[in-house]
Amino acid sequence: MTDAVEEYEAVVVGCGPGGAAAAATLARNGVETLVLERGVDAGSKNVSGGLIYAEESAPYTIDGLFPDFREEATERPVTENVIHNIAGDKVKSFDIGDLHHHDTAWADAVLRRKMDSWLAQQVHERTRETGGGLLTEVHVTGLLRERGEIVGVTTEELDPIKADLVVAADGVNSELARDAGLMDWEDPDEWFQGVKAVVDMEPGVINDRFDVAPDDGAAHLFSGDLFDGVRGGGFLYTNEDSLSIGTVFHLDSIAEEHAEPHELLDSLLTHPLMAQWLGGEYDEREYSAKLVPDSKKAAHPSPHKDRLVLVGDAAGQMQAQGPIIKGMNHAVTAGALAAEAFADARARNDPSQAGELYEKKLHDEGVMDKLRPTGYKVFGQLGELSPVDDLSNAVADSAVGRFGVRAAAGLLERAYSSPRMVSMIPDTKLPYVTLPTVIAEELGEPVTDENTVSPPDLADRIGDLTYDVGDPHIELVDNSFEASGTAVTACPVSAQDFGGGCYRDETVKTNGSEEHLVSLDTQPCVECGTCAIVADTEWEHPAGGKGVEFKQG
Amino acid sequence: MHTVVMTKGVPDFREGQVSFDEDGHLERGKTPTVMNPNDKHALRAAFQTKVRNGGHVSLMSMGPPGYKEVLQEGMRDVYADDLYLLSDREMGAADTWATAMTVATGLQNLDDQPDLVFAGFKTADGETGHTGPQTCWCLDWPMITHVVSLDIDEDAGTVRAKRLVDGDISEIETVEAPMPCFIVADPEFEPTYRKASHRLNHKDLRDETQERAEEYEDYLTVWDHEDLNLDPDYIGLDGSPTIVSGVDPIPKAPSEREATIIEADDSEALVPILDELTPYAVGD
Repeated sequence: MTDAVEEYEAVVVGCGPGGAAAAATLARNGVETLVLERGVDAGSKNVSGGLIYAEESAPYTIDGLFPDFREEATERPVTENVIHNIAGDKVKSFDIGDLHHHDTAWADAVLRRKMDSWLAQQVHERTRETGGGLLTEVHVTGLLRERGEIVGVTTEELDPIKADLVVAADGVNSELARDAGLMDWEDPDEWFQGVKAVVDMEPGVINDRFDVAPDDGAAHLFSGDLFDGVRGGGFLYTNEDSLSIGTVFHLDSIAEEHAEPHELLDSLLTHPLMAQWLGGEYDEREYSAKLVPDSKKAAHPSPHKDRLVLVGDAAGQMQAQGPIIKGMNHAVTAGALAAEAFADARARNDPSQAGELYEKKLHDEGVMDKLRPTGYKVFGQLGELSPVDDLSNAVADSAVGRFGVRAAAGLLERAYSSPRMVSMIPDTKLPYVTLPTVIAEELGEPVTDENTVSPPDLADRIGDLTYDVGDPHIELVDNSFEASGTAVTACPVSAQDFGGGCYRDETVKTNGSEEHLVSLDTQPCVECGTCAIVADTEWEHPAGGKGVEFKQG
Repeated sequence: MHTVVMTKGVPDFREGQVSFDEDGHLERGKTPTVMNPNDKHALRAAFQTKVRNGGHVSLMSMGPPGYKEVLQEGMRDVYADDLYLLSDREMGAADTWATAMTVATGLQNLDDQPDLVFAGFKTADGETGHTGPQTCWCLDWPMITHVVSLDIDEDAGTVRAKRLVDGDISEIETVEAPMPCFIVADPEFEPTYRKASHRLNHKDLRDETQERAEEYEDYLTVWDHEDLNLDPDYIGLDGSPTIVSGVDPIPKAPSEREATIIEADDSEALVPILDELTPYAVGD
């Protein structure tokens, strides 16, 4: 009986678009590639807004790597783009098609379960030919080291595996990136949190209500005063026979305002503007949530160490600037570039150079400048300094500012459509709340439709999700309310005065004194990672195949 | 490596499948026949040897022609490279002894002699647990029962197994035996695949066997007593020393709890109950 350590040329952890692109490119270069995915099926752990873009300037696109992709794995293409500025029931809408079309070959709405499981099938077939293949239900827990050097991965279900290249495409809560010390869970202002409802709707009804052809679709964005001052916005995308409706907010803002994410989503769902599309009947297929890295702050400029390379969300490669939200396309490019770097390094007989080469390619191909745009560095961060921000808000809200908004209506629409302007947007209240609100107040028309939608409550949303409950995967290190209390509101499946969620707060009386504590039950966890940042926890993913299973994603 | 798994078709005793008549007798006509559930553990154990060590897995049964579908079920749900059914009227109504004689002859009739033979722990209908050990006795091989995990050392020609002592999970021993060897898999048997290559192999083989199961008759060999050169006097009913004198239904166990029924409007009858409860009452 031989107990030699198993070895592959490359191990790819995670089979989302980044992992799939890496694996397909490795396989094309004849690299023996093992892909490990922790879900019961690729996509069962994945959530996104979700629009996937193919950029004209990108060296790799998903349909370039997987030719039948749009045919087999996506929903509707986006043919109409509108942003709605909202103040009370007043709405001013701008067509932002120009911004959308800038550098865009195509953009399709996707549901991740369908998309990723299709990709995984392709990936398995291609990598199997190299002597590797794809395995689901394997939770990669960390890095295998020899004399302090990364040489492979450790998993919960398999013996340790060695590899010349480890691609961490294990998502926003990458355990590998944290094990390597490349990413952390420290600062809420480096993250967004998104929640989404997938809503059932007949294809014909979608065509009518959105006034689109059967093979076309719409993308609507929402910002203004409908989210209680929390910085962020909402979106609505049309799928083949459903809608993806969600909200995305800066996590620091959710934390500061003690906002309940599911209630912010409901604020969007129940706004009068939505009545024209939701039409009173409302059948929610799935509620989901996800943490989103803000690449402007979180994208690692040098996402590699030893034999490890980080790809996609794991490296913070998620571009979100005002109305632009692009993640999956960058993950695809990065994954393919990492694979290309390894193939190049191997051809030079020095596979250990793969990481350096990958970093160089990210810069040379312009990926890094998209993730950390210069315009934001110069102007956006300046706008975030508090005196500047206060002043800007005051000016925009003043009579002068309001006059400017009225006078410059056409200009504003153009500004929203300018990629250069958008890249400079600071992460403050001004662009997310103050400006859209002023725009709507000064230029908007009231919406008179009555919205009769009543979204399911949190207990029903949790109840409708599928879980294979395993052992608790999150440990509450400090259960004082001061340290971990924010999780009670910020966790998308917890709420104040709600007993059925993950986090709840309680007052415990001991020997005459009172303690305000937090308790945790990981059973309804949707694995978004919010509490890893806003609370004091030891956070790991559940075992392979355990935990939540998204059917839509 | 050649591995053979013995199996039997049994009535599907699961809720909603099984039918009994008014006298509590099983209605075989109305109850579907399925692969003995315990035999699936044996087949999973054999499949593990295929995944980890390669070779060839055969699934064998003795019974009426309808058992072909039982063999198909095993091929589809677990794994088999090929199927063998020992079947003719002369083999019918056999007890465990005559069955063991027939199956052992079937095993010896294989071109490629097995290194391992697996059986499940008891059938769901007869529950004797005899047929496996008796078959092994006919072969004169070593036997390991109540096996919960298994490793094969092909170079040394040995099999090492963890088994439950006395069939109880509280005590487990590790034993080693030379091959060929007879293995009885315990229902607690859990295949383990800790290598990525094994899991990838498992996936491929599962796909292949499901494809084969669609056309299972192409992989099926049926042997009658003449093919096996068996004397009808030693098989089937004639070869069975067991005489069944009668079958008695097991009476329902009497309830040990006592129940006293009190009418709702009989206030007098409530007094003794209140007296009983008074000592447990708290407060004034």
